[in-house]
Amino acid sequence: MMERSELAGVIAQLCPMAIWVDLHGHIRHAGPTLEKICPGTGFVGGRVLEHFRVIRPRSVLTMQDLIGTAGGKLQLQLREPPGITLKGVLVQLPNRLGVIINLSFGISVVDAVRDFSLTSADFAPTDLAIELLYLMEAKSAAMEASRTLNMRLQGAKIAAEEQAFTDMLTGLKNRRAVNHVLQRLTATQMPYSLLHLDLDYFKNINDTLGHAAGDHVLQYVARIMVEETREGDTVARIGGDEFVLIFDGLSDRSRLDAIARRLIDRFQQPIMYQGQTCRISASVGIAISAEVQYLHGQPARPDDAAPDDGECEDRNSILNFADVALYEAKRAGRSCHRFFSPDMLVSGASAFQPIGFRDRKRAERQA
Amino acid sequence: MHGLVNKAVQSFVCNTYGRDRWKQVLRSAGLGNVEFEAMFTYDDWITQQVLDALAVELDRPLDDILEDVGTYLVSHPEVERLRRLLRFGGETYTDFLHSLDDLPDRARLAVSDLYLPTLELREYTSGEYCLTCGPGLPGFARAMVGILRAMADDYGALVILDYMGACKHQEQIAISIVQSAFAEGRAFELGASNG
Repeated sequence: MMERSELAGVIAQLCPMAIWVDLHGHIRHAGPTLEKICPGTGFVGGRVLEHFRVIRPRSVLTMQDLIGTAGGKLQLQLREPPGITLKGVLVQLPNRLGVIINLSFGISVVDAVRDFSLTSADFAPTDLAIELLYLMEAKSAAMEASRTLNMRLQGAKIAAEEQAFTDMLTGLKNRRAVNHVLQRLTATQMPYSLLHLDLDYFKNINDTLGHAAGDHVLQYVARIMVEETREGDTVARIGGDEFVLIFDGLSDRSRLDAIARRLIDRFQQPIMYQGQTCRISASVGIAISAEVQYLHGQPARPDDAAPDDGECEDRNSILNFADVALYEAKRAGRSCHRFFSPDMLVSGASAFQPIGFRDRKRAERQA
Repeated sequence: MHGLVNKAVQSFVCNTYGRDRWKQVLRSAGLGNVEFEAMFTYDDWITQQVLDALAVELDRPLDDILEDVGTYLVSHPEVERLRRLLRFGGETYTDFLHSLDDLPDRARLAVSDLYLPTLELREYTSGEYCLTCGPGLPGFARAMVGILRAMADDYGALVILDYMGACKHQEQIAISIVQSAFAEGRAFELGASNG
């Protein structure tokens, strides 16, 4: 029959975390890795249940109970420091030689390896612990690479969205951004106002001084509009020389009146471009959300209709009403502003239909 | 080509020769301003173009550069992770050499679409080995020489490496371990960090 020390040697090699316990519950041998994590404990000679608390199954109180768990899953906790929890299984040896309880760190192996500075020599060569650690590191490295990529893509997405809502020449918002803002404002039902501004005589500058001069003028007036508005307001270029300003939370006529006057005044100042003087002026139409709400049944212009968007009618309406007011301002001799009022819909050429300045301009171009 | 390969070259050039040099390489490769992503796949010709441009830019044989890339991947602090993963191969340099047979599988375990050429280690006499690299990734064997050299330093082993050339799409590297514990290697703890 195999000697006791030989048996201990076999156990140590195959299961470096195993303990061999005699039938009275005394530990006869403890594996080298177990000794390593509890240095100085001296398992051998002690009682197994004095060193380990059985967490599962809960009913285990005596050595007999423990033997009764043979083959089943055990959960044990070291009573001495480091007090960690271990997984285990008990098997009975023949000839009343006692039992072997093989232990393992289970999923906490990652922490255990770090906390107790374990090396691959502390695990059986067949143990998958090293592979588990390898996989953990490899996967977290791959995950890290993916995370970096995700963050970069997120940054690129934000930049692309920003670009999609920006008019590249002036740095103002564009028509898409206006739709976006109006959609948001319509949804929240907050009061706001919309100022539709068109430059007078801009075409002359393009024709006589060239497009570079025209671009310069557009950039110049864009700067003025940004200066004359608050940070939260929307300033957008929605066409060649057409601009929309949206004032979130503002529906006070006198303040809007002042803003329009100031803009028109400043636009009348001559603009210098490479020694040449450019002269423009601006006409402005203003609509206030609260005042046009009840007119929302008005038909939207077909060219503005975005069929995939149920909100388009409202949005187009306020833009439309500001547009009608702008037409009135142009008719009144330019370089002035008008607030939209419902009688504009029945006066003069725009009778019964909210046909504004932009439609006429388009019609003129086509003619 | 897996993005990790392109990224490795990019990281090597940037950390060894500087970003400006790398941008110059990209320009002469006709790629403009591209940032390689580790988790993307790129057309093979892109990698080849970059390597060709790199050889011209550095005015060195490509094989030597690839060997440096291998050394860089294991020894530069920027890419500590790879060195750690390779150290999982074993306690000694000999263990590490024997673990190379599993390297392509291990790599695929971590990154499922990364296919490395097969590696086969043969032991002739004690301390004399031959590593055969399969086809699939041009220049891999050259980079492998650099990796083997740097890992020898890591383990503190004194080895002599020889690139033996290619034969039937397979390349061979002769390895002889002169002294396995020649110097004190770099420390390696299994659970040093997971961050």
